[in-house]
Amino acid sequence: MSARVVVTGLEFAYPDGRIALRGVDLTIEAGERVAVLGPNGAGKTTLALHLNGIHEPSSGAVAIDDMPVKDENLAEIRRRVGLVFQDSNDQLFMPNVGEDVAFGPANLGISGLDLEQRVTQALQAVGGGDLIARPSHHLSGGERRRAALATVLAMEPDVLVFDEPSSDLDGAGRRELVATLAPLEMTQLIITHDLPLALELCPRSVIMRQGRVVADGPTRELLMDADLLAENRLELPFGFRLETSPER
Amino acid sequence: MGAGHSHALYVHEHSPIHRLAPEAKIVAALGIVVSIAVTPRQAIWAFGLYAILVAGLVTLSRLSLGFVALRLLAIAPFVIFALFIPFIASGETTEVGGVSVSVEGLWGMWNVLAKATLGASVSVVLTATTEIPDIIRGLGVLRVPALFISIATFMVRYLELIVNELGRMRVAMSSRGYDPRWISQARPVASAAGALFVRSYERGERIHAAMLSRGFSGVMPTFGHRDVERREWAAIFVVIACAALTSAFAFLTT
Amino acid sequence: MSSMHAPDGFMSVGTAVATGAVSMGTVTMALRQAKYQLQDKLVPLAGITAAFIFAAQMFNFPVAAGTTGHLLGGALAAILLGPSVGAIVVTIVVVIQALAFADGGLTALGYNVLNMAVIPAYGGYAVFRLFRRWFPKTTGGVISAVGLAAWSSVVMSSVAFSIEWLFGATAPVAFDDVLFAMVGVHILIGIGEAVISALAVGAVLASRPDLVHGASDLDRRQLADTKVRTKTFVIGGILVALVFAAVVSQFAVDSPDGLERVAEDTGIISSASDHVLSNSLFADYATAGISNESLSLAVAGIIGTLVALSVAAGIFLAVRDKPVG
Repeated sequence: MSARVVVTGLEFAYPDGRIALRGVDLTIEAGERVAVLGPNGAGKTTLALHLNGIHEPSSGAVAIDDMPVKDENLAEIRRRVGLVFQDSNDQLFMPNVGEDVAFGPANLGISGLDLEQRVTQALQAVGGGDLIARPSHHLSGGERRRAALATVLAMEPDVLVFDEPSSDLDGAGRRELVATLAPLEMTQLIITHDLPLALELCPRSVIMRQGRVVADGPTRELLMDADLLAENRLELPFGFRLETSPER
Repeated sequence: MGAGHSHALYVHEHSPIHRLAPEAKIVAALGIVVSIAVTPRQAIWAFGLYAILVAGLVTLSRLSLGFVALRLLAIAPFVIFALFIPFIASGETTEVGGVSVSVEGLWGMWNVLAKATLGASVSVVLTATTEIPDIIRGLGVLRVPALFISIATFMVRYLELIVNELGRMRVAMSSRGYDPRWISQARPVASAAGALFVRSYERGERIHAAMLSRGFSGVMPTFGHRDVERREWAAIFVVIACAALTSAFAFLTT
Repeated sequence: MSSMHAPDGFMSVGTAVATGAVSMGTVTMALRQAKYQLQDKLVPLAGITAAFIFAAQMFNFPVAAGTTGHLLGGALAAILLGPSVGAIVVTIVVVIQALAFADGGLTALGYNVLNMAVIPAYGGYAVFRLFRRWFPKTTGGVISAVGLAAWSSVVMSSVAFSIEWLFGATAPVAFDDVLFAMVGVHILIGIGEAVISALAVGAVLASRPDLVHGASDLDRRQLADTKVRTKTFVIGGILVALVFAAVVSQFAVDSPDGLERVAEDTGIISSASDHVLSNSLFADYATAGISNESLSLAVAGIIGTLVALSVAAGIFLAVRDKPVG
C-alpha cells in the first residue's frame, strides 16, 4: 500500500555536462508525506525522475522498499512509483480520459472487466467519474489535473510523486486538490513552490539547492526560519503568518 | 490564415450514418469513390446516378447541401483548372458560344469536374459524420499498421495545442508590429517555427517520460471496440454494390 | 500550391494504382526503419512532429508583395528527424488530411503521398546530404544545405506531378505545358520553403542542436560557426537553378533552337521517324500537342530519372542510418 523510499548518494549530470544532482541522501518512510522545496534549477524534478528510473544516476542509488531501481526491475518499480507531471497535457496523450486512465494498468497486463473497474475506481477517487469519455484536449485546468492524477492512481502505486501539483489551480481547485490528496495512504513526495500547500499537507519538508539537500525537518520549523527561506529563494506569501495558520 | 485544416469538419448529429462504425464508413467511402473514379467519363448517366447516391447519403446524414457545397470549395483551384482545360487542350475543336474549344478538352473537363466533385462530397460526408479519433480507430481495425495509428492519434491529440501555441506566437509578434510581406522579412517567422519545433520536441520527450512512467515498453495497448453488426456490413455492401454495378455497367457499355 | 492535395479523377486509374503501390511500399519500409531508429520514442516524437508540421502548413508565409505560400515540410522533417521518420511524419499528415479533413481525394492518395511526402522527404534529404558534402562542416554550411534541399524538394515534387501527368493525364493538356507551368511556379514557391526551412533549422541549432539529425556530426566549435559563405551558397544555388531552368526552358521555346538543334544534328532525333516510345506507355493526351515529342520525352526521362535517383539515394542513406541513443 505504501513503500519506503531510500535515496543514497545520488549524482547525475545531463548529456551536455550540466550537473543536476551532487549527492542526494534522502529517506522517506512508508506513508510519509514530504514536501520538496527549493529554487528553480535545484534538481527537484531531476530527482523525481530518478525515483522511477527515467534517469539513470551517474553514481548512487534509489531503492523502493528495498528493491533497487535498476533496468531489470523497471516494470515493477514503475508500478510502485507513480509520477504526476507538472504539465497535465504531457500525461494525457490518449484520445480520451478513459483510455488514458486505462493505459497504465493495461501495460501491467490488466484487461477486460478488471481494467474497467480500475478505471472507474481511479476516476471516482479524484471526483472525475464524468470525465471518462471526454477528449483530453477539451478539459479545463482542474479537470486535467484530476484526470492526470487518475491515470497514475489506476496503477495502484505505493509511492506518489507530484511535480508542482497546484501550479495552475485556482482557489477552489487547490482546495479540491488538498481534499483529494489528504486521504491517500501511499507515500507522497510533493515538489512545490506553494509553501502554504506544503504546510497544509506535509508534516515534513526537504529543501534542495544546487543539486543537494540543504535542509530536512518539520515543515513548520523550516518555514519559520526566515534566513533559511531567503537563502533558498523561498518566500512566504505576503501577509501569511505562520503562528495563526492551522496545521493538518 | 492558412488552409484552415484544423477546423473539425465533424457535425454533431444523430443520424444512421453517424451511428455506423467508422471502419464500415471508410470501406463504404472507398468503395464508392473507387467506383466513381474508374467509371468512363462518357457514361454521363452513371454520374447522374452517383449524384443521386451522394445526395441520398447527405440527406441520410442530416447534413445540408449548403454545408457540403461550402466544404467543396476546397477543390476550387482544381475546378478552375478544369474549366480552363478546353481552352488549352489540343485535338479536334468545336465552337461553343463562338469560342473554339477542344472536344477532348471538354470531356477532360467534365471528367475532372464530375469525379472531383463527387469524390470530395463523399469525403465530406465521411468526415462530417465521423469524429477524427474514430476515423483513426477505424483505420486500425482495417489493419493499417498499429504504429501508424498510434502516431496519427498523437498527432490529432496535440494538434490543437500546437496550433494554439503557434497562434500565440503570431499574436505576440504582430502585437509588436510585425507584419511580414516579403520573404526577406521571414526571419522571425522562421525563428518562431524553429522555437515551436524545439518546444514541441521537448514536449514529446516529456510525453515519452510520462508513457514510460506508466509502464510503456514500446507497444501501445489496444482497447476493445464495438464490433460492426451484420446488418451494418449488409447496408455498406448494398451501397458499394450499387456504385460498383453502375461503374461496371458503364464500363461495359462504352 | 505545392501543398495542394489533388482531388479524385485528376489522374488516370493506372497512375493512381501505380503511385499507390510505390507509396505504400516506401512508407512500409520507412515505418520499419523509423521504429528501428527511435524505438519506444517513435510514437510520441513522430506524433508531436506531425502535429507541428500540420500546424506549420496551416499558416501562410509571405513570398512576395502580399502573396503567400504554404510550407510543404518534407525536407524539413527529414533533416530534423532523419529521412525515415520524416517521411512517415509527412505521410501521416497527408493521409489524415485526406481522411479526416476531406483534403485531397481518397483515390488520389497514391500520388498525393508520393508527391507531398515520399519524394520531398527522401529526395530532399539526398540533396541535403549531397550539399553537406560540398559545403563547410559548420552551422552555416548546414543551413545552406537545408535551404537548397528544401527548394529542391518542392521542385522535385512538381516534376513528379508533371511526369505522372505524362503517364496518366485525363485531359489532352500537353505534358510540356504542364511541366513548364508546374515546375516554373514551384521554382518560385520553393524559395519560400527554402528560406523558412533554412532559418527554422538555424533557430533549432541555436538552442538545441542535438535535435537536428542532419547536423549530428557537428561538434561545439563547428556549431558556433554560423557564417554562411555567400560564395558557396550562391554557387550551389545557381547550379541547381541552371539545371532546372535549362530543362524547363526548352519547352517554352517553339523553334528548334539550342538543345533541340543539337539533338537533331547529332541524330538523336529525326523528324521523320516513328516515335516508338510515344504511343505505348504515355497517355496520348499528355504527348499530344508537343511540337517535338521525342525530345520532350527524352528530357522527361532525364529529369524523371534525376528525381528517382534522389529518392533512391535518400532511401539508401536512410537504411544506413544508425539508431539514435
